[in-house]
Amino acid sequence: MGRITDKREVWITGIGLASSLGADTEAHGALFSGEAVEPSVDEDRYDPYPVHPLAELDFGRQIPKKSDLRQMEAWQRIGVYAAGLALTDAGVAGDGALLDRTHLAVAAGSGERDTKVDCDVLERLDQRGDAAVLAKEVLPGALRPTLFLAQLSNMLAGNISIVHSVTGSSRTFMGEEIAGLAAMENAFRRIQAGQADIVLAGGALNAEREDLLLGYEIGHNLWRGGHRPVWARAREGGGFTPGSVGAFLVLEARSHAEARGAAPYARISALETERTQRQAGDVTRALSELLERLGVPVPTGPLPVLSGASGVAPITEEELSFFDDLTARGRAPITRAYGSLIGHGVEAHFPAGIALAALALRHGQLPPPSETDDIELPLTGAIDRVLVTGVGHWRGEGLALLDRVSEKTA
Amino acid sequence: MTSRTRDHKGRPVVAVTGLGLVTSLGAGKHTSWARLVTGQSGVKSITRFPTDGLKTTIAGTVDDMDVAPYSAHDLAIRMAEAAAAEAIAQARIGRPLHFPGPLIVATPPSEFEWPHLRAMHGVPGGEGLDGYARMLANARTRAFDDLARHIRFAAISDRLKAAFGTQGEPLSICTACASGATTIQLGLEAIRRGDTEAALCVGADATVHPEGLIRFSLLSALSTANDEPTKASKPFSKGRDGFVMAEGAGALVLESYDAARARGARILAIVRGCGEKADEHHRTRSRPDGAAVIGAIRKTLDDAGVHPDEIDYVNAHGTSTPENDRMEYFALGAVMGDRLRNVPVSSNKSMIGHTLIAAGSVEAVFSVLTIESAKLPPTINYDPDPELPLDVVPDPGRESPVATVLSNSFGFGGQNVCVVFSAEPA
Repeated sequence: MGRITDKREVWITGIGLASSLGADTEAHGALFSGEAVEPSVDEDRYDPYPVHPLAELDFGRQIPKKSDLRQMEAWQRIGVYAAGLALTDAGVAGDGALLDRTHLAVAAGSGERDTKVDCDVLERLDQRGDAAVLAKEVLPGALRPTLFLAQLSNMLAGNISIVHSVTGSSRTFMGEEIAGLAAMENAFRRIQAGQADIVLAGGALNAEREDLLLGYEIGHNLWRGGHRPVWARAREGGGFTPGSVGAFLVLEARSHAEARGAAPYARISALETERTQRQAGDVTRALSELLERLGVPVPTGPLPVLSGASGVAPITEEELSFFDDLTARGRAPITRAYGSLIGHGVEAHFPAGIALAALALRHGQLPPPSETDDIELPLTGAIDRVLVTGVGHWRGEGLALLDRVSEKTA
Repeated sequence: MTSRTRDHKGRPVVAVTGLGLVTSLGAGKHTSWARLVTGQSGVKSITRFPTDGLKTTIAGTVDDMDVAPYSAHDLAIRMAEAAAAEAIAQARIGRPLHFPGPLIVATPPSEFEWPHLRAMHGVPGGEGLDGYARMLANARTRAFDDLARHIRFAAISDRLKAAFGTQGEPLSICTACASGATTIQLGLEAIRRGDTEAALCVGADATVHPEGLIRFSLLSALSTANDEPTKASKPFSKGRDGFVMAEGAGALVLESYDAARARGARILAIVRGCGEKADEHHRTRSRPDGAAVIGAIRKTLDDAGVHPDEIDYVNAHGTSTPENDRMEYFALGAVMGDRLRNVPVSSNKSMIGHTLIAAGSVEAVFSVLTIESAKLPPTINYDPDPELPLDVVPDPGRESPVATVLSNSFGFGGQNVCVVFSAEPA
């Protein structure tokens, strides 16, 4: 449709990751050492639902003011913390002039409810039954104004602006995994087209919430029982295991990064998204079409893939069919479902996949294969590119292709 | 460089070719507009739920859409579908079930409401189970599957995409009360990039339920002038005491000017530009020096290539809270200087209340209708505040040609977005 042709190169110059494995690029660097990594899973606290709990970390390192911390619940703290890591990593933190023109693209879900208040209200409703009156009697005393703010989707972005002084612009995208796809795509396209030079993009999920679990159980999307890797779950009935994740990236026009001497982790060469109705075969077909739409030739031979598969059936098996199609067309996908290691981050999942792909390119390694027999094959040789898939548990498909920036061009 | 089809920065010019609207004044843009320009109010006592004991008992509800039992999700979809269908019909674009561009929708929060939680909690669920454990056990039985749509943000955009056959991944946006304006900005940018030749931008909000009301009430944001509902919303007035929560939906079809002309579409207005600036000061208050709001307006004018002197009319955010209206006056003055006294600045919220997530969409539709009809909607209930000397177009409004409108939207959380619309160049 007459897209502009002189597109600018988009570099990743900062990564902020917080998950069950730890909280920075160093902690996640362990994924690329070639050694096996044991996922951190809590199977008891929300039995029958396992979750990947956030690693213990000191929020004060990125959110120094206690008053700011008090204004946030865990979801926002995780995101603001990860955003701070990314800004620090990119050398942007503390540079007021640069932060003033740094844009924000955030993927967010619902904020967090006070589940104790909810239970108190429900308990009394059991006895009385007049919902409106109780809502008036209980809620006004129990709902703190600050808690209300914790429930607003755009307040993750609001808190990032407040704590880190990112004020160029601020856009919050919603819609479960689509939110993460949209935030990354928006940042990518605006930089490509010269509509922005530098964007902080990402999202966060606090998996350790009963209200969140209820929201996903209502669609029967959750895995129950002991922890299993993603591909194994898809074969055994399906379901995702939520993981607490904060994932933010600093994306930057190559010219802008070079001018301030910022080094790239990788280049995002292409990023495309779609949404299908999810009739049988739709997801496989959509991913194949997206690969063509990338507009970047993907050579035959080994193709490292970081898969955002959730483990929900039958969608995850449709993604495996896409890999079979790839194989049939001469590419040899070497896949890793990173959800097996850090859990499913929903809104934050695709940003986390892109962050991990960038780290993989820096380390020249993929994360270790999980125990699923024939699916996650060992990697031999160097890697120059990684394909990241984003397949929502009920809607939203996307692909991103990341390339190593060669020493020469960097 | 500027021409009919390329703007001052050489980008494709973007036109508005379709409008749709639902407000507390009625469904359909003609109904709403006719009542708005004659100074009627849609604010009334809430009848949806009992309000005894609440500090605020009024709202601009949309009561004539057939959604029973009420849920914010279901009513938002109904309003969004009606507004989008009206906008597409006016634009005469695409084919049934095939809109030739993406959908960008500003949607309210996706949360279980109390009736949903009650239903899941009202069944024992198992020995000794209570609270969320009980609700989770009941959710596992599949007896409550029909509630899933209420909790998925993507569900509203998904339904709209299916209904209108929009292209690609539909976007769901939340920049609080600037959300509607953000959808227009995202559409504008996508067309300027050449990603698409058309976009369907929709905002809808239907959150007048007890918890929604109590939440805003706890922030001391709402008017408590319950006795005369139609007089409660009084933007820029001396006695303003907060906003009135309201429901509504607005929809705009945006197209590249070239594509619209090529298919013989009627151009209703040009989206000249958008701008935004985030505020790092406070979660619910603007920076005292106005830097973020001023920055949003200046960036918008710069993006539009419009000098402040060219603005003939401002469709104000004008919520009727003490702070918003003071800040908006201050920021407009900083940008427009002494000329501000002679520029009409009116707030539709005086009549329809604050439609929150949808406000930017609803007010964008009103802005284009102002250009089309050469009628300035009034600010009703006006009792001048000597500290805010503005021409608010007091009731009964005014006839006046308008070439260029600035529409402001400011949100809790520090997200500020403005849009400039102009008449089609001669």
